Amino acid sequence: MTLSAAFVWLLAPRRARCNESAPVDLDALTGCLSSSACLVTQTTSGLIIGMLLFLVAVGLTLIFGVLKVVNFSHGAFYMFGAYFAMTAYHLTGSFALAMLAGAAGTAILGLIFERVFMSRVYGADVLMQLLVCYAFVLIFDDVVRIIWGPEFKSMGMPAAFQVMPLFIAGGVVPPYYLLLIGVALVAAIVLGIGLSRSRIGKVIRAAAHNPGMVSALGINTGLIYGGVFALGGMLAGLAGALAAPVRSLTPGMGFSVLIESFIVTVIGGMGSIVGALVGALLLGLIRSFGSLGFPLFTEGLMYLFMVIVLVSKPTGLFGKEAA
Amino acid sequence: MTRPRRPGISRRSTLALMGAGAMSVAAPWVARAQAKTIKIGMPTILSGRVAQLGTSSRNAVMLEVDKVNAAGGLAGRQIEMVVRDSKGQPQEAARVARELVNTDGCELLLDGEASSGSFAVHEVARDLGVLCIHTCSEASSLTADPKQHIPNAFRCVRQGIHDSIVGGSYAAAISKAKGLKKWATCSPDYAYGRDTTGEFTLYLKRFAPDVEVISESWPKLFQPDYTEVVTKILQAKPQALYSCLWGGDLTSYIDQANIYAMFSQMEVFAVNMADYTALTVVKNLPKGIHSGNRYIKTFPTTPENAAWGDAYKAKYNEYPTNWSWQNATAVMFLAEAAKKANSTDGKKIAEVLKGLTIKCPFGADGTVTMRGDDHTLVGYAIGWGTTIPQEPYVPEVKAGDWKTIFELEAEWKKSKGYT
Repeated sequence: MTLSAAFVWLLAPRRARCNESAPVDLDALTGCLSSSACLVTQTTSGLIIGMLLFLVAVGLTLIFGVLKVVNFSHGAFYMFGAYFAMTAYHLTGSFALAMLAGAAGTAILGLIFERVFMSRVYGADVLMQLLVCYAFVLIFDDVVRIIWGPEFKSMGMPAAFQVMPLFIAGGVVPPYYLLLIGVALVAAIVLGIGLSRSRIGKVIRAAAHNPGMVSALGINTGLIYGGVFALGGMLAGLAGALAAPVRSLTPGMGFSVLIESFIVTVIGGMGSIVGALVGALLLGLIRSFGSLGFPLFTEGLMYLFMVIVLVSKPTGLFGKEAA
Repeated sequence: MTRPRRPGISRRSTLALMGAGAMSVAAPWVARAQAKTIKIGMPTILSGRVAQLGTSSRNAVMLEVDKVNAAGGLAGRQIEMVVRDSKGQPQEAARVARELVNTDGCELLLDGEASSGSFAVHEVARDLGVLCIHTCSEASSLTADPKQHIPNAFRCVRQGIHDSIVGGSYAAAISKAKGLKKWATCSPDYAYGRDTTGEFTLYLKRFAPDVEVISESWPKLFQPDYTEVVTKILQAKPQALYSCLWGGDLTSYIDQANIYAMFSQMEVFAVNMADYTALTVVKNLPKGIHSGNRYIKTFPTTPENAAWGDAYKAKYNEYPTNWSWQNATAVMFLAEAAKKANSTDGKKIAEVLKGLTIKCPFGADGTVTMRGDDHTLVGYAIGWGTTIPQEPYVPEVKAGDWKTIFELEAEWKKSKGYT
């Protein structure tokens, strides 16, 4: 088959290829873009994926921005958040307590992890930091295996959300996902305003810029570092807790989420919160619309997009030059 | 005055180590010479994502081996199981299998590997000539392909092609009754998912020719989120959906599809749903999902099967899996064949195993047969039914017809060039 023939085959209408799964299905994509029902459904589907990803990625980017370490074990906090939420939910039956347990539990875990282990490798080689983090990826997975068992678990959807989905402009939107998007949005806004307006936010930004000077002014930088790490862990834990009712829980569940959050931070720019939000939403939308138009190349699209961003703007969409 | 101990290994501990080493090298020889116990080696998956299946295989084997030992053992010899973790990696499975025979002195092998590993263990069996019973691999070609055939290997497992024939005919009957013409598929993107889905739709269309597949989704194996796949299927508006997602992937998918009310908008056929590992984990199991039987203690509806399921649960505090009944059946076959041959010699047992029919709680008619010409299990209970959210989960299972299975299987083998 010549190249042009292959191209024609790729773009041929679906029916002509009689049910073979097509790598490119532009009919479906254009069909969707011209229907409000499909647009609403796919957009919310993209927002959900994007918002959960944002919560994980923003912690990653925050920790990098302030502490200058790439927290390779960040996915573990997402995993712990989900497991904490499941356990709390099964014990108390309260969804609110489950979310709280997911967020607070991982915050405490993050603080301990930072103070006891990560704080020892700040000055060290990047490779050393990476190895410590990777060791903890394995250790945390095994801890989960020991406590909760190796088999997959399911938290179950709270009764309050076991309702018919909403129909908005013909599109399908589950109420639980509205809550999920809402919580993530609130987290994004609080974080954005907190960092730019509040006193603590200013101290954190100052510590990111010049930790020596902040320390000389009598501010406890250790506390700030621990706090930022706890905050990052908490956001990932919240994402895990929010995802727990709809995703199955297994040891190692944090890994695939971590890879995607790395793509988000690379696209958005390491250290930028707005970048994480935009990057995560873009990735979510690429997934939801890509699965219609490019069913066999959805994953590839994400990486392709990352490559394009990296080539045209190596610091990411919102990254600062040599921050 | 005591001299401070120098760090390192002392002379005494070196001697102890050497002694232990010599013992462990000599041990298999001692075991063989005494010829009292017979060691059976078993590589299976005891760690990683599917560890639960490997553990349930080992559990079932131990449950049956205890019975055999209590009844006097394998032709008078007590069985000692040596179970090792392959981590689900084919090269590790092959290494473990070889080591079990060569170093540990195992005289028989139960291969508790998934499809990928079973082909590797099969080659070890071919090389060493040791009797090997595959107990977990459902890949049809393992026994259907004459190139794979060796006199010392058998498969005591349900088979992909059997499931596809039964699933296809069951789904076609429902399609005709309810007028389900537009179908969608959603299966994991690897060999098992692609093959099983292809075979299912092949037989679905054969029995119901006006069925059309209008949408296909191939999510990655172990993908955490299926939302975009769920909404894509909702857009396509099919009347029925087929999926061979399994385990945690299937339960994630159900949780995510549930909040889009997918299960009220189409008939769902999920071949791997009726497995206790999935049934007991899903918190909000929708009513009316069609599924093939994996292991369920209500099918076959015999007291023997129910008693076996309960005995397993009493001992291990969870229900058996599909891998459990297959492994238990393998031990039953071994016990019966050794009794008939009055020997534990692998060659003699293999001769008796060919075409052997035994009484078995998992048989469609109370018996199962190790078919002589391709060394594979037939006559086991196979069927489809619909789910309810609580025990017994699948109250009624419609049994598949083995006559049809044999006819279509023969045809399929011919089309593949196997016969």
